[in-house]
Amino acid sequence: MEYTDIQDIVDRYNQIRGGLIGMLQEIQARYSYLPEDALKVVAEQTNRSLVDIYGVATFYKSFSLKPRGKHLCSVCLGTACHVRGAPKIAEEFERQLGIKAGETTKDNEFTLETVNCLGACALGPIVVVDGHYFSNVRTSRVKQIISEVRDGLDKVEVKTDERIFPVEVSCAHCNHNLMDRVNLVDDMPSIRVTVSFGRKHGCIRLSSLYGSYNTKTEYETSENEIVNFFCPHCHAELTGATECGICGAPMVPMIVRGGGILQICSRYGCKGHLLDFSGVNV
Amino acid sequence: MIKLKINGLNVSVEKGTTILEAAQSVGFPIPTLCHMEGLTPYGACRLCVVEIGTGDRTKLVTSCTYPAEEGLVVRTASERVLKARRMIVELLLASCPQSKTIQDIASKLHVTQQRFRQEHEDCILCGLCVRMCKEQMMAGAIGFRGRGQNRSIGTPFDIKSEVCRLCGGCIYVCPACQLRCTFTEPDKAICGGCLNLSPPCVDKDQFHDMMCYMDPCVACEIKED
Repeated sequence: MEYTDIQDIVDRYNQIRGGLIGMLQEIQARYSYLPEDALKVVAEQTNRSLVDIYGVATFYKSFSLKPRGKHLCSVCLGTACHVRGAPKIAEEFERQLGIKAGETTKDNEFTLETVNCLGACALGPIVVVDGHYFSNVRTSRVKQIISEVRDGLDKVEVKTDERIFPVEVSCAHCNHNLMDRVNLVDDMPSIRVTVSFGRKHGCIRLSSLYGSYNTKTEYETSENEIVNFFCPHCHAELTGATECGICGAPMVPMIVRGGGILQICSRYGCKGHLLDFSGVNV
Repeated sequence: MIKLKINGLNVSVEKGTTILEAAQSVGFPIPTLCHMEGLTPYGACRLCVVEIGTGDRTKLVTSCTYPAEEGLVVRTASERVLKARRMIVELLLASCPQSKTIQDIASKLHVTQQRFRQEHEDCILCGLCVRMCKEQMMAGAIGFRGRGQNRSIGTPFDIKSEVCRLCGGCIYVCPACQLRCTFTEPDKAICGGCLNLSPPCVDKDQFHDMMCYMDPCVACEIKED
């Protein structure tokens, strides 16, 4: 039987009441969709009827019963993106890929779907491919995005990042500007903060490009080490209440000029970050 | 025992009794559609709404799912209740005009016309067949699928269910009468399809000689005209 590993997934969740969604999510993560036979195994193992599980799988939009392509391409059709021409973007994707929204290309490379809001309305129209955000998309860029994805997004990641935006930040305590215009990282002014880890103290320069993780530091830091961040002006420690969604280390908050809070993960090498514009009038 | 007041009448019932059961036990009629003895209450059709509470703080609840409470004041036929019921039955009629069950309820509530755009749905999603299949027939072959506008009742993956025993219980309880009179295609709605009955989950040819559950088939009557 092809779906033997489903047994492990079911066993892990079977103790939890309401664990069905967790099971389905994990199965979908493994196979990129919910195969019919897998649902039958789940039904058998959990002593539920197949139709109950099918009902849950069809209720939630994130579950797919059809095989998905290698790349998942989501075009935002939320209100803000809509008024900025997102339907035309979606149409262009449909034309370029030769499929309708919700379908997968014959070569199993692309699945096109439309979503109702991605929460980044200021950057609209937004297209997300495999977790990479493309902002202010024009119809002329659709072809380019598709070919970039075909080439592999990671190869062109820096290029993508440049098109995102540089941030200018200040200390969350004293509101002093943290930008260093002399020492450049990624050819942009860097963010200078004091760090301490173990017994060492020193200065680190972070790239100000949102999405770039380049840093310059005087010390060799080992991966996965949690570093304490300090403001070089008021020497207060930059700590917040939130934890990194990826690794669980404390997040370091900084004020973004123009409003908003940028949080980065304090673990060296972790790419967890959060840009929060909530409560800001854009 | 729990004491409550229904339409001014003092009633005492066992703990766990619903308002609907309490009202029916003393003879107050409450129209129901998705309620059936032997099946768990579901509260889908909203026809059994009653008004509870006193003064300004009254509210409408579905009596089939609301358990009787000590000192509860219930009105089963106040102006507000009747208005709500008439609206509900109008909406049901708009989506499913050919259903005899709904037509009967409408005429009892003196609803003679409905003001909404006419649809010809074959299902009002009352869930009777789903509960029948699961609770009485112990099969669980059909259930709800999708959500919102796309919510429908059927078998998983739209193929013949392995657990379906073709008992016909779902067809028997269906108030929308779709499965009784139509075959899988809506355009055959008035075709005597009930004589050639086949649940949509099975192949047509397997089911030539099944009996029709409907006594006078509305669809066939219309055909006569």
